[in-house]
Amino acid sequence: MKTLEVNFKAIDNALVVKIRGEIDSQSATRLRRKIDIEYDCANVRNMVFDLSEVDFMDSSGIGLIIGRYKRVSALGGVIKIKGANKTVRRIIELSGLGRIVKF
Amino acid sequence: MTNHIKVEFEAKECNVGFARLVAAGFIAPLDPTVDEAEDVKVAISEAVTNSVVHGYEGGEGTVFMEAFSYDNTVMFSIRDAGCGIEDIQKAKEPLFTTKPDEERSGLGFTVMESFMDSLHIESKMGEGTTVTMTKRIGSRH
Repeated sequence: MKTLEVNFKAIDNALVVKIRGEIDSQSATRLRRKIDIEYDCANVRNMVFDLSEVDFMDSSGIGLIIGRYKRVSALGGVIKIKGANKTVRRIIELSGLGRIVKF
Repeated sequence: MTNHIKVEFEAKECNVGFARLVAAGFIAPLDPTVDEAEDVKVAISEAVTNSVVHGYEGGEGTVFMEAFSYDNTVMFSIRDAGCGIEDIQKAKEPLFTTKPDEERSGLGFTVMESFMDSLHIESKMGEGTTVTMTKRIGSRH
């Protein structure tokens, strides 16, 4: 099983969340906790998901992003996704998430 | 070439990744494209997660996974003996979830249907659910 890594950087009023590894039901729970703690402390409004090193993602990743969207938009921020591979993009398109987040 | 495997494992979230590896290994001899392999892994991940999270609701249980291949077509069956699905049509609706508080997206069956060639769901309340999916492998040939 591949390890999951997440790194954070605050840049230009956005928390950049760079995820390495696989996003599934198990890892999404861990990611959710880590991201929320970091966002609460970062004093920024927006969030950028860098998925360029995500090897696998199922619909648990959509739940993760929608949950963060609710928190970020409540503070007037926006969510941006970058580096999503073809499969991840297909799941995002299926979910309709493309209508509320930026690419 | 035909092939058949049967695997069973505890209904734990940590075993979802194992099921994906089994599925990827099973289709490898059919020389899938990267996209085909990804499609199968995603669909298996969704089906097994459903059994663990919804079928057994995070409690104890066993997930039964079976795979067949014949003439470049694979068939996967994921079965649990969990609580069952009350209304399959409703469960298949995009974004329908019984667990919104856990940030479940409600896309599991939509993804399975979209990433595989066919999806069949059989379920009985109190007895469990069987999800059967097929996909033709070998678009590169």
